[in-house]
Amino acid sequence: MDAALIPEGAKRCSFPKFMLGIAIVGAVLLWGVYAMLLCWFKGLNQTNMNDYYGFALWIWADLAVIAVGGGAFFTGLLKYIFKIDELKNIINFAVIIGFICYSSALLILAIDIGQPLRGWFIFWHANVHSMLTEVAFCLSCYFAVLTIEFIPNILENRQLNKVPFFHHLAHNMHGTMAIFAATGAFLSFFHQGSLGGVAGVLYGRPFAVREGLLIWPWTFFLFTWSAAAFGPCFTLLVTRITEAVTGKKLVKDNVIHLLAKISGWMIFTYIIAKIIDTIYWANVTVPGLGYELSHFYTGNSLYGYWILVTEIIICGVIPGLLLINKSTRENPNLRLLAIILGVIGVCLNRWVMVLQVMAVPVMSFDTWALYIPSWQEVATTILPVAYGIILIAVTYRYLPVFPQELELNQSKAQES
Amino acid sequence: MFPFIFEWVWDIGHMLFFGGFWYAIGILGAGMTYCIAKAAYDTVKESQDSRH
Repeated sequence: MDAALIPEGAKRCSFPKFMLGIAIVGAVLLWGVYAMLLCWFKGLNQTNMNDYYGFALWIWADLAVIAVGGGAFFTGLLKYIFKIDELKNIINFAVIIGFICYSSALLILAIDIGQPLRGWFIFWHANVHSMLTEVAFCLSCYFAVLTIEFIPNILENRQLNKVPFFHHLAHNMHGTMAIFAATGAFLSFFHQGSLGGVAGVLYGRPFAVREGLLIWPWTFFLFTWSAAAFGPCFTLLVTRITEAVTGKKLVKDNVIHLLAKISGWMIFTYIIAKIIDTIYWANVTVPGLGYELSHFYTGNSLYGYWILVTEIIICGVIPGLLLINKSTRENPNLRLLAIILGVIGVCLNRWVMVLQVMAVPVMSFDTWALYIPSWQEVATTILPVAYGIILIAVTYRYLPVFPQELELNQSKAQES
Repeated sequence: MFPFIFEWVWDIGHMLFFGGFWYAIGILGAGMTYCIAKAAYDTVKESQDSRH
């Protein structure tokens, strides 16, 4: 039925089977859209946020998708600026994942502001003393970069590419992509950093506040570093899931090994910096503010020392070591374990730096604020996942996302 | 966002924030304009060449 749109020589499932899958995920998407509309039409009273606890669950999701979406800017930087040519075989998919992550982040922000009709105020009446203004500027501009990076892949669709103008446009955009990638890296550095900077300058929140360099707290650099380190892990993870779902090998092992190795070294160096930061914070910053470390990890039923150990050792040191060691990196199961731990680690880091920060009691009469999100928050947090699955399914079906797919599956196609 | 908006002040904050913002928008806009214009030129040139 849609055979004319499918890339030449590529095997895809039947159209009814594809539509059935889309319908199932689409039902989850509609649930999220319903919750989103409730938040827009009835207001933020649909959430469990209050004056004491002002961060909904989706703010964690927002920071997490931005962190894991960092694979797009970092892979683009490596491919177009550092000229690591092997990455051309995974860059299309990295861009699609980045596009999904950043469009989801913007959607979440549109829900979070409560009155999306006033979303443009952040540009028009910008508060130039706020790091979040910088985040909004860089997020919007970087989403434009991702859209520009995504367009050539769309134009390479079998039918669109027959239109001479689209064919030339895709070709010319490929030619100038280094400029867009460099702009994207510049924008990503600042918005990833400023999201960390927001936590680091919370002087009233001793769990988050950090010293730093000039106006930038150390969290500014740690957030950028962690996004560049763990973002490629997420790209590799989604690639592996896509291969499992399609039953095909889509990217050659040497490309996967290379990206895993780069990610491993980035994680390893990041986690050393993170450990130094944590030790300095625990031994100098915290006592200097009149607290003890135990204040942040005891006296409640959820946030114990386990979260610190899990984030830094289990989901930081271990994946870093597994990925920098050649034998463990080239073992598919151990590599998969490392990238799963890595993705959990960066998501946990964002959870700690957003939700635990708000939960820790600050005043002597305060108690732990253990937040339970409403179903509307859960639904709007799952919404981007459903949207991402649908977009990946559609792009995989109709666009030449993986340049090595035909070569890797030729023998299978000949057999069938 | 623009100097004609009432709260605009010519201070370092506005110049840095909006300088960076318009710089990025400028690069993206110029890059896309070049790509689209060149694609239009290439398309016209190709169709003329095929007629000859």
